[in-house]
Amino acid sequence: MTALDNLFTKVRAENRAALIAYIPAGFPSQAGCHRVIAAFIAGGVDAIEIGFPYSDPVMDGPTIQAASVTSLENGTGAAEVFQALATASAQVPAVVMTYWNPIEKYGINEFSSAIAANGGSGVITPDLTIEESQGWISATDKSAINPIYVVAPSTSDARLSQVTAKCSGFVYVASVMGVTGARTSVSAGAADLVARVRRTTSLPVAVGLGVSTREQAKGVAAYADGVIVGSAFIKALQDAPDEDSGLAAVTELARELSKGVREGR
Amino acid sequence: MSTEPQIDVSQILGHFGPYGGRFVPEALIGALEELEEAHRSSQLDPKFGAELAELHRTYSGRPSIITEAKRFAEHAGGARIILKREDLNHTGSHKINNVLGQALLTKRMGKKRIIAETGAGQHGVASATAAALMGLECVVYMGEEDTKRQALNVARMKLLGADVIPVTSGSRTLKDAINEAMRDWVTNVETTHYLLGTVAGPHPFPTMVRDFHKIIGEETREQVLALTGRLPDVVMACVGGGSNAIGIFHRFISDPSVRLIGLEAGGDGVETGRHAATITGGTPGVLHGTRSYVLQDANGQTVESHSISAGLDYPGVGPEHAYLHDIGRAEYRAITDEQAMHAFALLCKTEGIIPAIETAHALAGALQVGNELGKDAIIVINLSGRGDKDVNTAADYFGIPLG
Ligand SMILES: Cc1ncc(COP(=O)(O)O)c(C=O)c1O
Repeated sequence: MTALDNLFTKVRAENRAALIAYIPAGFPSQAGCHRVIAAFIAGGVDAIEIGFPYSDPVMDGPTIQAASVTSLENGTGAAEVFQALATASAQVPAVVMTYWNPIEKYGINEFSSAIAANGGSGVITPDLTIEESQGWISATDKSAINPIYVVAPSTSDARLSQVTAKCSGFVYVASVMGVTGARTSVSAGAADLVARVRRTTSLPVAVGLGVSTREQAKGVAAYADGVIVGSAFIKALQDAPDEDSGLAAVTELARELSKGVREGR
Repeated sequence: MSTEPQIDVSQILGHFGPYGGRFVPEALIGALEELEEAHRSSQLDPKFGAELAELHRTYSGRPSIITEAKRFAEHAGGARIILKREDLNHTGSHKINNVLGQALLTKRMGKKRIIAETGAGQHGVASATAAALMGLECVVYMGEEDTKRQALNVARMKLLGADVIPVTSGSRTLKDAINEAMRDWVTNVETTHYLLGTVAGPHPFPTMVRDFHKIIGEETREQVLALTGRLPDVVMACVGGGSNAIGIFHRFISDPSVRLIGLEAGGDGVETGRHAATITGGTPGVLHGTRSYVLQDANGQTVESHSISAGLDYPGVGPEHAYLHDIGRAEYRAITDEQAMHAFALLCKTEGIIPAIETAHALAGALQVGNELGKDAIIVINLSGRGDKDVNTAADYFGIPLG
């Protein structure tokens, strides 16, 4: 059992959803990322996703693209990702989210053991298909961490059961067809997809893409086990006049969202 | 002489040895499966084959001819040099072969909108052309840097009714245009076909795009046999993503006596780090949905490529080339900007043919290989495109004042 598994057991017992916050390592700076993690904790987030910035983020909208560029300019590599992971996982369950090539370049067994060694619970791999997953599944098995896959509204029922069979920790539901970024409303299709996922697995299901407000978090918490928020936090940091006010805005947003995930049911 | 290719590396789940496959968000799997099925069923459908053959014959002008380049050959060790004239196709390059095939598949799938990436603009122009012909909506993503290098082609696409969207992220070249096209596709996949322009990307693109280009090699093999009475010693082509090269190579893979040589863009020289020679100077990795050679750093971040030629300026390469390289069936060499421009000028002055700068890399390779093999050798070069689009770049390079 990973810390992430235990978290979902706990929030299920509390009859609420978990709030999962995303930040790329090295953003807004190397030290700044560690302060953002502290701001997340102060605001009451339940789990943290550390992003491994990538040069060609085809699943990301402008907000996370810009943050990835900043992070890469700040010199972020695997070492910085693992440091951020260690900081986060010392306080709450934490995972890494990364495109596949950085894992392959690092070595899949080495990457998986480094996640475990830094207290991480798992890895979210948005562009790794189950067909290409053989080596990765055995690596994550060996390190006893959760391989987490992303499913989309276009995923067929037959394929959903194949994908969720490879998942552990939780299933990541992308709420819309599209890239990451805050949206004014969370697609109605998300509830439907969560229901379809639940017919294939008893794993917790977390919803991401587009959530930015307490109201939206509340809406998603009505039917999902986890609410994932990324772009909204990054935007708060990008829009702030200086780092301190950005961090204050992050904590404030996290507080609001963590109320939202407790109001859904 | 063998009749059909013996090494079928293509059909095992879209893999070529350890290369190829599918590394994409789950959101795209449905569309890729639909495309794979449309391609598979169309290959078995005589009506589809007849419709495409008719377009080749009456619209793009196939079969393209071969031309023996005797005066150019004097600079290539006296070897016989034969040019496969893909530059004479409608729109001016080999790209039209793939585009007509995929546009027909788009209609077969009931989709009404195509998106495409383009570097040199040749694939964008071909896509805009096919969209106009078949009444499809067309959006072309093009790196902002390339919209400047290839301004003429931007105007051509607009005249043909396409929307050209300059991409300002990353290196503002082909790689970033592909990123932006993939983001569009993830969002609009239900109505839109992504008409990828080369043999890269997730399965089925490398196989499908090859299937639409392999006619180049099939024609060439017959034409060269008829002209010379034997198979050529060497078949050469420039390699960006690798579509014109795989198109002319494929029919010859099962002819062991025929050397296959791909010419990559060496930019300022591979040793300078400023180049686009992915197989020569890269390492295995995953980019844009496929595993192949990639120009990347120690963290797996893609490194920006450099080439005078927008169409070769890409830090990836098709997975089938990675495989042909590893098994030793094809060789890959890097040609610098300077070597390419020398060959460019030479073909203009010796044969009265202005080639695309992409193609000039293959011509430079032929000058090397001709001198290595001498006058008994027969060398075939895929003349993948014409150089009208490159006149500004070449004039600038050679210091020819405009106006
Ligand atoms: C004339 C010409 N040749 C070659 C290429 C390179 O593409 P590929 O390697 O896929 O043939 C291009 C691409 O724009 C081109 O326009």
